[in-house]
Amino acid sequence: MSGSFKLDGREIPFRDGQTILQAAQDAGQDIPHLCYHPDFKPHGSCKVCSVRIDGRTAASCTTPARDGMQVDSNVPEVNEERRTLLQMLFVEGNHFCPSCEKSGACRLQATAYQVQMVSPHFDHFFPDRPVDASHPDYLLDTNRCILCSLCVRASRDVDGKNVFALSGRGIRTHLIVNAASGRLGDTDFSAGDKAAHVCPVGVILKKRVGFAVPIGQRPFDLAPAEE
Amino acid sequence: MNELSTRIDPSRIVNRVVAHHDGDVHELVQILREVQEALDWISPETIDCLVAALGVPRTKIEAVAGFYSFFYLVPRGRYRVLFSDNITDRMAGSEALKNRMCRNLWIEPGKVSEDGLVSVDLTSCTGMCDQGPGMLVNNRAITRLDDARLDAICELIRDTVPLEQWPADFFRVDSNVRRADMLLGGDMAPGAAMKAATTRGAAGMLEELRLAGLRGRGGAGFATATKWSMCREAAGEAHYVVCNADEGEPGTFKDRVLLTERPDLVFEGMTLCAQVLGAQRGFLYLRGEYRYLLDALQAVLERRRTAGLLGRSIMGIDGFDFDIRIHIGAGAYVCGEESALIESLEGKRGTPRNRPPFPVTCGYRDQPTVVNNVETFASAALIGLHGGVWFAAVGSGQSAGTKLLSVSGDCERPGIYEYPFGVTIAQVLEDCGAEDTQAVQVGGPSGMCIAASEFSRRIAFEDVPTAGAFMAFGAQRDMFDVARNFTRFFAHESCGFCTPCRVGTSLLNNLMDKLARGQGSPYDFSEIEKLNRRLQSLSHCGLGHSACNPVLETIAKFRSSYERRLVHTDYVPAFDLDRALSAARQMTRRKDAGAHIGEDS
Repeated sequence: MSGSFKLDGREIPFRDGQTILQAAQDAGQDIPHLCYHPDFKPHGSCKVCSVRIDGRTAASCTTPARDGMQVDSNVPEVNEERRTLLQMLFVEGNHFCPSCEKSGACRLQATAYQVQMVSPHFDHFFPDRPVDASHPDYLLDTNRCILCSLCVRASRDVDGKNVFALSGRGIRTHLIVNAASGRLGDTDFSAGDKAAHVCPVGVILKKRVGFAVPIGQRPFDLAPAEE
Repeated sequence: MNELSTRIDPSRIVNRVVAHHDGDVHELVQILREVQEALDWISPETIDCLVAALGVPRTKIEAVAGFYSFFYLVPRGRYRVLFSDNITDRMAGSEALKNRMCRNLWIEPGKVSEDGLVSVDLTSCTGMCDQGPGMLVNNRAITRLDDARLDAICELIRDTVPLEQWPADFFRVDSNVRRADMLLGGDMAPGAAMKAATTRGAAGMLEELRLAGLRGRGGAGFATATKWSMCREAAGEAHYVVCNADEGEPGTFKDRVLLTERPDLVFEGMTLCAQVLGAQRGFLYLRGEYRYLLDALQAVLERRRTAGLLGRSIMGIDGFDFDIRIHIGAGAYVCGEESALIESLEGKRGTPRNRPPFPVTCGYRDQPTVVNNVETFASAALIGLHGGVWFAAVGSGQSAGTKLLSVSGDCERPGIYEYPFGVTIAQVLEDCGAEDTQAVQVGGPSGMCIAASEFSRRIAFEDVPTAGAFMAFGAQRDMFDVARNFTRFFAHESCGFCTPCRVGTSLLNNLMDKLARGQGSPYDFSEIEKLNRRLQSLSHCGLGHSACNPVLETIAKFRSSYERRLVHTDYVPAFDLDRALSAARQMTRRKDAGAHIGEDS
């Protein structure tokens, strides 16, 4: 089935099998998102890409496009909901943008700017999460993990390595690596892996290049995520 | 539990269990359960053996084991005691009993004793609400706890008496059938419905289901005839029948009784479904709390095989091959959601899938699958025997047939009541001997809270739908405590997949705790209402959508219980300096005034 739907009043064509977000991106109209990545099967966990479809809310990355549907994305109620989701992610982990190497290249930060989040609003959870510097080339700082599982999917589906997985449940869900020691350095993770390059936040960081690109010249500094 | 577990070579156990499951990683949840039953926990060494035996990465094992409450990646002692933490257990005094046990055994709740003997913790409702307080010891259900029974249990643990030698009465589970109708009152001979249905053929059976107007008993009320025929028409390499006995909704225990009293009816309904679908394999997904039913149910299945009602060429009909396996859950409420249940059956984390596609076209192993509630299959068997018109004559309006209610809480005669649909709440309360009732929670935490002014409402899909829980609260109860217990339940059971439910249920829980501590202000009230709206709108599955229900409904109907706690007119932060110092006080063993800070010190 192909056809078109209306996104914020604009006509968006779609091809058979496309979801709302995929069709919107092809038409050059982005919807804020975190766990979605064009190279992987849509996952639908972060819910930041939620839109109103004929009055109901659904994640646009996993909802198949249907002919004639009315989709509202950049409207006050939806942006308000996205702000709450961003705030939830910020208080759930330990995010200190000013000292984070990923600042300016971080999709969480950029999306928070995009939806005009000005404070974390909720009480911080301040979870006790480990930093793992055991790998020679990469640092793993799970304080910033938003559980989008992009690294899990990349390592499993592209690298064929299963270096990462999510374990635990509920608020205790956490990233694990494929080693009895629990250390990244004891896995077969390497710089050439797809999983080394998909983290939207500052969890999987290349060593010895910290602040090589100055603040102010980073991707989202130059081209902020825009709504 | 195994006394020699520390000395047993895990590879022997792992290899035996994995071989028993043909090395199939889809059986991972069952493999983990059986391995843990032998070894008490899933140690890193055990994981090494599983990795070798199954040929899967370590992350796969740890991801799955880490999801389920009843799997332990750290040692939890040789005796693992879990108190059922439903509100009905609390009303029956479970909190005091837990504290008594911890005092007796010199341990802290949630921690393992220093000698590695025992741990005491909480678990979600174990489905023994009519004979609580309940607990699980090494996943064996124990009922009717009181001080004497608890002290005896402490002695048995201290003397390291194996569970098999504990008094049988501790493990006695009563059915407490108080009112029986067509399901619990009948005495259908095994095979009778299948004989009747076979003469009708698959299309005839579907027509009877349609005439019966049977709707799913899990709560959502989807038309069973439609579900079966959609699945029958869906193309696939194989079709599957799944019976959802993951009865996790707190306050619900009717499936336990149906599977105890009428297992043949349930299995017969599944077999009828298999005949309609052309399915060869079926699963009974039994919640881990009901592990004790396994042997009896296996015996029923074996008897049915011997009688030619399961297995190859059922009833001598060439090509009618169908068998049922029992899958035991491992402590995850969310697995009651049908797509999460299927994930769990496939040996994965119980995360609800993205839908569409729905299980009827893409279920177990991506094949067309019918997932129905225990009571639905039992009702289908009766329809197979007596026909749809007979069934439709019972009940009311859009709700044909009968409904099993699991009645608990403040009443004289808790237990199972089977009524034709349409019974009023007032009638149920009168029959169970509930007096001075201020509210009834129908359908568990994700259901509806019915206040006294609404007791003329009826149990029916078109009025008060329910999966079966019916918890009565007397005038002496504080409905805020009820809502807070339910909020804690949802936070504990959130699968963690989507942001709003994972974080939102915890935020909601924290806010309710803040109110309970007397730090509430109207600001927190509006925060709770805002969170509720977000969860309802954004969550991935029904758990998140309904996590707000108990709070929203008790705010609407029992506002005074909340307002009593809004002691401050201005905002008060949740952070409390004096409380933050409690860890330091505990470490330094100081209780004097100088170790406290704040206005009250």
